[in-house]
Amino acid sequence: MITTDICIIGAGPVGLFAVFEAGLLKMRCHLIDALPQVGGQLSEIYPQKPIYDIPGYPEVKAQTLVDNLMDQIAPFKPGFTLGERVESLEKQDDGSYVITTNEGTAVHCQVVVIAGGLGCFEPRKPEITNLEQFEGKGVAYMVKNPELFRDRRVVLAGGGDSALDWTVFLADIAQEVTLIHRSDSFRGAPDSAEKVVELARQGRIKLLLQSNITSIQGNGHLKEVSVTAKDKSVQILAADHLIPLFGLTPKLGPIADWGLQIDKSAISVNTVDYSTNVERIYAIGDINTYPGKLKLILCGFHEAALMCQSAFQYVYPNQKLSFKYTTVNGVPTF
Amino acid sequence: MITFTIEDRDGTRQALEIPEGINLSLMEVLKASDYNILATCGGMALCATCHVQVLEGLDALAPAQDAELDMLDTLPNAESDSRLACQIRVNETLEGALFAIRGEDH
Repeated sequence: MITTDICIIGAGPVGLFAVFEAGLLKMRCHLIDALPQVGGQLSEIYPQKPIYDIPGYPEVKAQTLVDNLMDQIAPFKPGFTLGERVESLEKQDDGSYVITTNEGTAVHCQVVVIAGGLGCFEPRKPEITNLEQFEGKGVAYMVKNPELFRDRRVVLAGGGDSALDWTVFLADIAQEVTLIHRSDSFRGAPDSAEKVVELARQGRIKLLLQSNITSIQGNGHLKEVSVTAKDKSVQILAADHLIPLFGLTPKLGPIADWGLQIDKSAISVNTVDYSTNVERIYAIGDINTYPGKLKLILCGFHEAALMCQSAFQYVYPNQKLSFKYTTVNGVPTF
Repeated sequence: MITFTIEDRDGTRQALEIPEGINLSLMEVLKASDYNILATCGGMALCATCHVQVLEGLDALAPAQDAELDMLDTLPNAESDSRLACQIRVNETLEGALFAIRGEDH
């Protein structure tokens, strides 16, 4: 079990800067992020893009800002658990929390700070009414173990790279492969698209274009997939497995089930200290919402500073907080 | 003024009048007009929660760039007239257009 003062969920710029503000108040931090590296969106999505609204930097590349933040917080020796997703939160008798990840890593902390940005990227689900009923019973949103599909009848849906690639791959393994795509063309890699069309021409897979899955049926386990074409004709495919591959979409994930007040996929906070409706849990950065909220890195930095002033009472319940400027005191280290 | 019409998820239509020269995306205008748009990613063509169908006036709009087309391509319910509102700049090309809100609302 990892023990720390503040467990920060999300290692984007705001989560990282929170380590600095916490460090000034002698509070230790441990960060957890689902991505394998720190920096959140900045490192994952636009590392080379310039940002123009960081105070004191007329222009700074996203990755440079992340690197600088890592330098800035180094004196406070934060802990990191990367590539793992937070799953559960357990309140202890003394008010503290234990957070556990999908890999079983447990972190004991006095305060939880959610700095999750957009949230976790999860598979996008098509609108089929009873889809979730068959999850794990024939419906899966990713291929973890291709052997599972050996000699089975598999229906894939989607038109992107992963739909094309898995169709080609499973054509050799499964008994029967059908790819359903709503359009008549593919935007995925042209050579993958060509392979899929060629496999269909050879009769090794079935390719249904300009078609959508409209319903699925089964009895405890998936049995049939109904497909409606653009001309409204319906055909029913016997299927053991359905793999919808419609990309990823940001979701709050398990955090949504922690009893926090949620408004339009964001966590409502009190702007006095960015606390949530649950004691000892704060939310800062893009994942929170309040009247006048702006999704800006600089606003997240401000929120981190005020949050730490409030979190102090739980980490040091018997001490009085006195505010000190870094210009007067420098940066204390652990 | 630029005038265009929004059809909400329940089918109700309302005309919006927006001053020319406003430097906003359609997503920002929809949010400011209290439509229920999540806009989780804040306009980076990453979440597709601002998905709209352009029922009238599609051809007058500036064409979609790769990032938008790639994202639209992943949507199970995209049609040939689908766009992401965050990638549409509000200007005179929207005059007379009709947009139907399609993005997920929760």
